[in-house]
Amino acid sequence: MKLKSLKYRKDDLSSPANQLEYLSNGIFKEKELPYFKDKIAQTGHFPLKPKKLEILQINLGYMCNQVCGHCHVDAGPDRKEIMTRETMHQCLDVIKTTGAHTLDLTGGAPEMNPDFRWFVEEASKAGIRDFIVRSNLTIILANKKYHDLPEFFKKHNVHVVSSLPFYKREKTDKQRGSGVFDKSIKALQMLNKVGYAQEGSNLKLDLVYNPSGAFLPTDQAAMENDFKLALKEDFDIDFNNLFAITNLPISRFLEYLIASENYEDYMYALVEAYNPAAVDNLMCTNTISVSWDGWLYDCDFNQMLELKVKSKVKHISEYNEDLLNDREIVISQHCYGCTAGAGSSCQGSVA
Amino acid sequence: MSKSYYDPSDLRKFGEITEWSEELGKKFFDYYGKVFEEGALSAREKSLIALAVSHVVKCPYCIDAYTKDGLQRGITKEEMMEAVHAGAAIESGATLVHGVQMMNKYKKLSM
Repeated sequence: MKLKSLKYRKDDLSSPANQLEYLSNGIFKEKELPYFKDKIAQTGHFPLKPKKLEILQINLGYMCNQVCGHCHVDAGPDRKEIMTRETMHQCLDVIKTTGAHTLDLTGGAPEMNPDFRWFVEEASKAGIRDFIVRSNLTIILANKKYHDLPEFFKKHNVHVVSSLPFYKREKTDKQRGSGVFDKSIKALQMLNKVGYAQEGSNLKLDLVYNPSGAFLPTDQAAMENDFKLALKEDFDIDFNNLFAITNLPISRFLEYLIASENYEDYMYALVEAYNPAAVDNLMCTNTISVSWDGWLYDCDFNQMLELKVKSKVKHISEYNEDLLNDREIVISQHCYGCTAGAGSSCQGSVA
Repeated sequence: MSKSYYDPSDLRKFGEITEWSEELGKKFFDYYGKVFEEGALSAREKSLIALAVSHVVKCPYCIDAYTKDGLQRGITKEEMMEAVHAGAAIESGATLVHGVQMMNKYKKLSM
């Protein structure tokens, strides 16, 4: 049977409050492991405060053509949350004035928002330095109307960041669904063909690797090397950089951890791998995340847990960068996912 | 105290052996850490050797640890199983090569 979202299944874990409760009980309540707040206090990082804003990340909606087993958004075809043009207008007002140098569009599959192209066209006029679209690749082949996306991305000099959990079929399909690997390969070849990641071209194509199971990513550089060799040899595919991202224990990945009885070991592994150097560069210290309905969060994960920014300003309609920069970042035990080992962010390792 | 000899959660407590002998424990973990760094052999190659040896010495903690380590390094299950076979082949070879001793003794004792 095809996987459905937690929300569709009315699973207890579809409620962010229940997830947060789970993450604060058990091994944490019984003091086997320290709360994130206490752990960062030990290394002098509490309270966690933002630094200079660099990235504005906008979530265009939770609808997706895929239902990945590890998805922290609980995205899928059955999710109907989509950003309206009215909210997009509010975002554009901010994009025109923000001090951030990077605009990062995500989802769901952001391309499924009916106003996606209009929004990209408008946003690209603002002349932001790095304009990222997080594409799941298969969307390009999902329907005829998406086949020209590589050309569209090229036209607007979009920096494409794509998920590809592994360079082999079996692991990719297990995590993301049957047939995903072959479609992803085809989409990558299409992107290469229009100039992405080609010598002498400015068009950037990065890949995201995240472990297909209850283990952490290791050395990003070594993994990038493995991916490059394998994808070139097997499929003649080129890409620029590989971002290794740790799966955070929320949403469908949390469901998987609990069901497979890996939750405790995984949390132990995250806490054991705590790296203070990663805390210094956490993405929540240089990012603002905007949800499909315009609310502001410290990161995409906090968005999914409905932990809004701790600031007078909570919505894009009342956006004020100075006020926001003065906030305290909202944390819980899921944050251990970003501080483990070399650290993890939407841009990969941070330490 | 657990009623079974092996408890998977004991692996997490491995570091505690240092508490009862700080100097030796520390020396061991320093050595252990150094061994698995990149060197003339890559950390990936060493991980596979460790997995093979884990099977030969039949250490369930080590098998758990180096299966996970292999997954983290992107080592495939085919590579892992070949490593286990390499260990098993040496182990069975070590048994079988004693067959020569048996043959020698047999011949010596027989008229």
